[in-house]
Amino acid sequence: MKLMVNGSVREFEVEPDTPLLWVLREQLGMTGTKFGCGIAACGACTVHLDGFPTRSCAIQVQDIDETQEIVTIEGLSPDRSHPIQQAWVELDVPQCGYCQSGQIMAAAALLAETPEPTDEDIVNAMTNICRCGTYNRIKAGIKRAAELS
Amino acid sequence: MTVQTKFSRRSFLVASAAGGLSLGMAIPFAGPAAAQTGAQLPEVNAWVVIRPDDTVVIRIARQEMGQGTLTGLAQVVAEELHCDWDKVTTEYPTPGENVARERIWGDFGTAGSRGIRASQQYMREGGAAARMMLVQAAANRWDVDVAGCTAANSVITGPDGQTATFGEVAEEAAALDVPTEVALKDPSEWTLIGQSVPRLDTVDKVDGSQIYSIDHTMEGMLNAAIRRAPVMGATVASFDGDAAADMPGVRHVLQVGDDAVAVVADTWWRAKTALEAVEIEWSDGDGTGYDMARIRAMLEDGLTAEDTFVGNRQGDAMAAIEGAAQLVEATYHVPYQHHATMEPMNATAVWTEDRCEVWTATQNAEAALAATSTAAGLPIEDCDVHRINLGGGFGRRATMQDFVTQAVLIAKQVPGTPIKMIWSREEDMLHGTLHPITMCKMTGALDADGNLTGLHMRISGQSILAGVRPEGLSEGKDPIMFQGLNPDGDEGRLGYTIPNLLVDHAMRNPPVMPGFWRGVCNNQNAFYLESFIDELALAAERDPLEFRRALMADHPKHLAVLDAVAEGIGWDTPAPEGVFRGLCQHMGYGSYVAAAAEVSVNEDGRFKIHRIVAATDCGTVVNPQQVAAQIEGSFAYGLSASIFGEITITDGKVDQENFDTYPVVTMWEMPAVESLIIPSGGFWGGVGEPTIFAATPAVVNAIFAATGTRIRNLPLSKNGMSHA
Repeated sequence: MKLMVNGSVREFEVEPDTPLLWVLREQLGMTGTKFGCGIAACGACTVHLDGFPTRSCAIQVQDIDETQEIVTIEGLSPDRSHPIQQAWVELDVPQCGYCQSGQIMAAAALLAETPEPTDEDIVNAMTNICRCGTYNRIKAGIKRAAELS
Repeated sequence: MTVQTKFSRRSFLVASAAGGLSLGMAIPFAGPAAAQTGAQLPEVNAWVVIRPDDTVVIRIARQEMGQGTLTGLAQVVAEELHCDWDKVTTEYPTPGENVARERIWGDFGTAGSRGIRASQQYMREGGAAARMMLVQAAANRWDVDVAGCTAANSVITGPDGQTATFGEVAEEAAALDVPTEVALKDPSEWTLIGQSVPRLDTVDKVDGSQIYSIDHTMEGMLNAAIRRAPVMGATVASFDGDAAADMPGVRHVLQVGDDAVAVVADTWWRAKTALEAVEIEWSDGDGTGYDMARIRAMLEDGLTAEDTFVGNRQGDAMAAIEGAAQLVEATYHVPYQHHATMEPMNATAVWTEDRCEVWTATQNAEAALAATSTAAGLPIEDCDVHRINLGGGFGRRATMQDFVTQAVLIAKQVPGTPIKMIWSREEDMLHGTLHPITMCKMTGALDADGNLTGLHMRISGQSILAGVRPEGLSEGKDPIMFQGLNPDGDEGRLGYTIPNLLVDHAMRNPPVMPGFWRGVCNNQNAFYLESFIDELALAAERDPLEFRRALMADHPKHLAVLDAVAEGIGWDTPAPEGVFRGLCQHMGYGSYVAAAAEVSVNEDGRFKIHRIVAATDCGTVVNPQQVAAQIEGSFAYGLSASIFGEITITDGKVDQENFDTYPVVTMWEMPAVESLIIPSGGFWGGVGEPTIFAATPAVVNAIFAATGTRIRNLPLSKNGMSHA
């Protein structure tokens, strides 16, 4: 099978009903995308699929065409320079950090769609779970990233 | 560290060291530019290694799991080391090294908000001793009196203006004896402790490069999915793994101990898929037949039982209650809670006949080492545990190292092959170590003037120690039950003077595995007491703040944080239209905390928490912006429990299997949190947990102010309430 991940076509052998998350992590060795729940409830596995934030634990690779662009946390920027990443460092957003790949991908998708999001836009878009409770810094980070963009 | 030397003796690990070095072996480092060079540099002392390029490597024995301890501990060492903070990186010694060096790094356990407060003294001394050795080495090199030399910013300056960097003299310093007497700076001289420096471990968390235990990989590694008996004490009666064995990638279908079955496959997804095809028959266990009605009946019996342990007794509470002008009674309940860390439990193990090594996320690597040794059937000195940063701990990874035991028991059946075992979310939910269930009957006596003359606080419910560490009980009594209610001590002292007081506990232990859950018994104790204090104030027709203040004259630090949140929320001024306020205070883990909440509730029972003001007096603050992060985060965790959190049991099995049935606070419910950090100096309190105690009572008291309905049984969702 083939998938377009972070700009490259990647080829692998796997059962076609395997979730994208596990292909990324196991077949492609890209562990930045995290396993949290397996039922699209927590968002730790969020990637971009043609620009849309997508919970990769709940989409099977057979349902993705190789022309569709998948972007993972590893491909968001080559050097942590995406405004979301800059803002995250500036505000020390992460605590344990486990959910942050997903949070950052969700936030980056929001910012691409809505360059100057309101509080309401942010709350509606950011449904990922963080057990450390970094929500308020995430909110501030998105606003800071909007300024940096 | 010396891990590579050890590994070079093992052929099966040489391969992984060569191939998987960047992932497998360099993990003990955290922070930017932390690549392991492979060179074995002499340490200045146990806490400090200086590389020739002046990089300062600070050893961290406690565990980072999001709470910022790693950065804070580096700050306290660097304060005394006089090094260039920009050159600081960190590494984790292993528990095996700690054993081999007679526990030179002390306790690795990271729980009870102890990370900084319980290690800062010896770590500051370690930093100061290293500085003295570096300065002495420079003085020796220059043949001058050490008294004329000073160190600042990683540079030593001699009496004639000569200079040397730490890196230039580190090797000579390492050859010197470690001084036994060191003088520490007066707090007024601190330049790094108390500063909001950025965390050392943030950068790798924004591009996916931070390696968690679940990401660990090794050459030739196989993956395991596991299912353990869902009922406490139950075992595997039989299983049929034939169908699973034929599925793609599957190598082994194994029994693990007496209570679990695992599938080992080339990938975890294949292992998990095949595990679903394994048919398992379970025996009955201790938990069989237990449901919530039966468990609640046990606790209700305890509310009036005679067999109790006393936590705090002043005067004669029963006589005061007998003679009360007005009696106030109420019964409260807090259900089981689950840790629900974002990263499910997992561990990687390699076992051979003469050595066993584990890579895992644990809050207590020494306990993990002991579990490894036991499961491996090998002496401690032939085992080690490599620490990897945690995707959340909250207590789940502190006491029980069951995930380590399982990984080793699987690896032992596949000798020489690294096995990574990961729990599915469902497996994780079914095998939590739950925040224990309790009820509390409060009885208060008021005199004719509305003064509190007596209080009986009867806690009934499950003891954590009885479940996880019965040797910690004191003649049967679990002192942890009384957190924050103690008559004295610096850990968790009651903040009220009540002339006639009885706090007692009827221990009722259902066969459900309990555990330490962020905040532990402070959570329900603060909810019970601080809710009931409001009920007493209402009966006395007094303002809740004034009613408390009247009991707190002898508790100035408790009072100071309460006053701070009252001022911060504007208690003396009217709240905005439709908004109502509640407040509370509590002490735990050596810190004084208080919170005030502003809440509105509409006719449908939908509430909104507009604002939280939370105060902490932790005595000494190392990194204020990280203390603020802990305060904010503690409200997400605490409010998750108060709004949604409830684990229920049916026939001994946990009913909730994922976040769809065990919801937690998301950004939608998260209130604005204003952190008031007011260190009064002279002591070191914890910050990872304390404000969590204040989350529920502040909000529940505000909900009462808004609705006139007293919430006595959590969670709010079971009271017909949801977030607006």
